[in-house]
Amino acid sequence: MNRYLWTLAWRSAWNRRLTLALTMVSIALSTFMLLGTERVRTDLRGSFTSALSGTDLIVGARTGSTQLLLYSVFRIGSATNNLRWSSVQSIAQQRGVAWIIPVSLGDSHRGFPVLGTDENYLRHFKYGNRTPLRLAQGKPWADLFEAVIGSEVANRLGYRLGQRIALAHGSGELNLNDHADKPFVIAGILQATGTPVDRTVHISLQAMEALHADWFAGAPIPGNRISAEAVRNIDLTPRAVTAVLVGLDNRAAVFSVQRAINGFQAEPLMAILPGVALDELWGIIGAGENALLLMSGLVALVSMAALVSVVLAGLGERRRELAVLRAVGASPKDIVLLLGIEGGLVTTGGIVVGVCALTAAALALGPWLQSRFGLILDPTSPTELQFMLLGALLASGWLASLVPGWRAYRLSLIDGLSPRT
Amino acid sequence: MTAPMLEIEHLRFAWPGSHDDCLAIESLTVAAGETVFLYGPSGCGKSTLLSLMAGVLQCRRGSIALNGRSWSSLRPAQRDRYRVDHMGYIFQQFNLLPYLSVLDNTLAPCRFSSVRARAAILQSGTLQLAAQTWLGGMGLPSQVWDRPARDLSVGQQQRVAAARALIGNPAMVIADEPTSALDENRRDEFLDLLLSSCQATNSALVFVSHDQRMAGRFQRRIALPGINQATPESRAAVRGTQGLP
Repeated sequence: MNRYLWTLAWRSAWNRRLTLALTMVSIALSTFMLLGTERVRTDLRGSFTSALSGTDLIVGARTGSTQLLLYSVFRIGSATNNLRWSSVQSIAQQRGVAWIIPVSLGDSHRGFPVLGTDENYLRHFKYGNRTPLRLAQGKPWADLFEAVIGSEVANRLGYRLGQRIALAHGSGELNLNDHADKPFVIAGILQATGTPVDRTVHISLQAMEALHADWFAGAPIPGNRISAEAVRNIDLTPRAVTAVLVGLDNRAAVFSVQRAINGFQAEPLMAILPGVALDELWGIIGAGENALLLMSGLVALVSMAALVSVVLAGLGERRRELAVLRAVGASPKDIVLLLGIEGGLVTTGGIVVGVCALTAAALALGPWLQSRFGLILDPTSPTELQFMLLGALLASGWLASLVPGWRAYRLSLIDGLSPRT
Repeated sequence: MTAPMLEIEHLRFAWPGSHDDCLAIESLTVAAGETVFLYGPSGCGKSTLLSLMAGVLQCRRGSIALNGRSWSSLRPAQRDRYRVDHMGYIFQQFNLLPYLSVLDNTLAPCRFSSVRARAAILQSGTLQLAAQTWLGGMGLPSQVWDRPARDLSVGQQQRVAAARALIGNPAMVIADEPTSALDENRRDEFLDLLLSSCQATNSALVFVSHDQRMAGRFQRRIALPGINQATPESRAAVRGTQGLP
């Protein structure tokens, strides 16, 4: 008996294969949309917090912790005050400090920020899941006027190794303050990271100092220009930097080191925990996340409504068939079973296709999304909400498929006896 | 005289929400093997009466018994089972599942009713043979037996429906205007086959039509307006409600 119903379900489904294929595609698209939106929402946060990892403390002049994070990691805004080089050196000698990366910001190149740092940057800076920076081409800067650029800088501006570029003072809107007298040669291009590093032009701290050797208070000293050759002969020890990224031997010491830096005698300093600051910052800009969550909800609603309407649209087609089945002796239970088998299989099939398509798309587009939008999609770790959404899709699709059964229960036999085509 | 196959007594039926009865029949019996022609203008309640006979609708008062059992004494699930065990139907048209073969369509009642399946096997040996016997009896050539039902002409489809209604020898066959989609020659041919088959299985036949030209072929003719004692006003209500889905 049950085997006969399965056969019947299959024959009937095959008879309507085009409609069912469309239903399945619609369910697959709903699944794709719904899980895709949720995936992006989840991973957007992950991508944001992956801008920096492995750094235990960020040190800067006293300011807001969010502000320090914004300019030191995201290169947004600018520092109100710098740290003296002597302070940097004493931080490096603090007990428990394994390494420091001094960063000096303020200049730019055609809209991309310029960052002065030292070789520790390439050695110790990590992003994402503790991934170190890698050079895609070339080598680190060796000469004073050499630069290592991020992948986006290279792609957008079409730069190649060996090309000469001129940096601009400040944000570069006013080309008057050009550092064109001291051009840089591109020595290396970094691999794409999906973080602000991609948008950065890296030079050495000494180069940064050299650029400003003949500057005072934000402007070139008139009549006292130092040429690119002459500047090599003066002392280029940096006078100040914008911030310092600190790595510790032992993470457990992070609070004692933080306290020591916050109580630094020579000048007022501040040390922040990047994770905490990132969370704080996300709390501010996370409104976007809520918008995406709302979006997910709307997509869910629309997908499920579409799903139900597609299934119900097939109802008219089946009314006569169900009436005939009732008339030859199929009980309402049989009819509901028949519809349940079909609805369950079509919905499950659609969802499986949708999940596969999403996973394939995430894998195929992953590198592009990461380099273009800095979005790291991780299709392999579904969230709890995703499972709930899948369950809701399955349930609504399956229930919608049972609606004809409910109608059949009430109508089909009378229908069958007095047919209205 | 044997007990009647179908027995209607003091029937009163009204559609839900209506005060007036639309059907009021004091007594109507159909004997085993009897062929009855039920006629009347459209909207006089023929289909409603058929639904009552088949236990699809329940009467407000009185009783309708098929083969000695009152429909009202059965629970809905039991009614479904009892109906398929004892009754075969032929509709006006669209009787068949278009995607099943002619043979599978014919066998459908035997899939849902073990009583019908047993009777068919008792008669022909196997279900397959029973279906083939009935299809052959209806004049359908063996070449079409394995074809999907949708490939057949309307006339052929109605004959498959008749074979399906009769397989497993149900005690009663109900045919609701089965010839309305057929032309005159096909109609007479179909009627011949149906009547002789019912005689062969001793199945009672209630044949509904508004086309009185066929009436002479039946043992008994009943005009529904003649036996329905419901008031003309309430009969108007029947016409009104029948237009509803």
